[in-house]
Amino acid sequence: MADTHASPNYWMIWLYLFVLTVVELGVIHLPLVKVAIVALLVFLACYKALLVAMYFMHLKFERRTLGIIALTPFILCLFLILMLIPDIA
Amino acid sequence: MSEAAVMHARVELAEAPLTPESWGKLGMWVFLAGDAMSFGALLVGYGLLRHASTNWPLPFEIFGINLTAFMTFLLICSSVTMVKGLEAVKNNQRSVAKTYLLLTVLGGAGFLGLQAYEWTHLIDEGLKIYGNPWGSALFGTTFFMITGFHGMHVTGGVIYLSVMLAIVSKPTTQLGPGRTYNVVEIAGLYWHFVDLVWIMVFTFIYLV
Repeated sequence: MADTHASPNYWMIWLYLFVLTVVELGVIHLPLVKVAIVALLVFLACYKALLVAMYFMHLKFERRTLGIIALTPFILCLFLILMLIPDIA
Repeated sequence: MSEAAVMHARVELAEAPLTPESWGKLGMWVFLAGDAMSFGALLVGYGLLRHASTNWPLPFEIFGINLTAFMTFLLICSSVTMVKGLEAVKNNQRSVAKTYLLLTVLGGAGFLGLQAYEWTHLIDEGLKIYGNPWGSALFGTTFFMITGFHGMHVTGGVIYLSVMLAIVSKPTTQLGPGRTYNVVEIAGLYWHFVDLVWIMVFTFIYLV
């Protein structure tokens, strides 16, 4: 498909991903409770994944259908986690 | 207009926005969504087993985080060379596209080499798929399953991208925003997905 959007600055995205990875490595040494560290790491990982999907995979510039397809596995995984909670508790 | 014609027009209207190129893209996205569920199930399963275990070893005390951080960096770099290569295909710059695609392939191959090195090292230290000296046997099982499943994806990606490189390198292949661009873009989607999954695997298996 002929894209009409201006290409995003891919090197900036690369830099963000690099910096976020370094931040992740720093986070594991923070003197916080385990839960807080895990929450931070999950947040950073999701943020990085979002950057890759939005810019490298052009999801930001695509029709909505593809975004919905991309979202389904996340919804189903959340569902899976929710269904497993009774097993853990 | 007859009823049939109205129906036909309606169907056309709903389907028209997808050009032939985007069907391929749609197909790749559907595949990736399914693949994401495989990885999702593996990672959720990992979380459950780890949570239920009382003697799960601390990953970052056993794995070399610096090496894996470098592997992450390699994949991120190969993702950016992929988009730059795609951009060059669109702009009809064959030699630039070839260079970037080659760098992407090399990034993937480098990742695999480092993973082989890491696995060998860990197996030598006693991490086996059925047990290890530090705690729960499932620690090794899940580690090899998940990183192995991802490594197979990288292997597939390296082969896939080598084919793309061969196509783009052929002087008779027409570049520009046409069919080749679309084919390379779809290959790129797969490659970025492999990078995206590694971001998750790196976080959950190595860092948490």
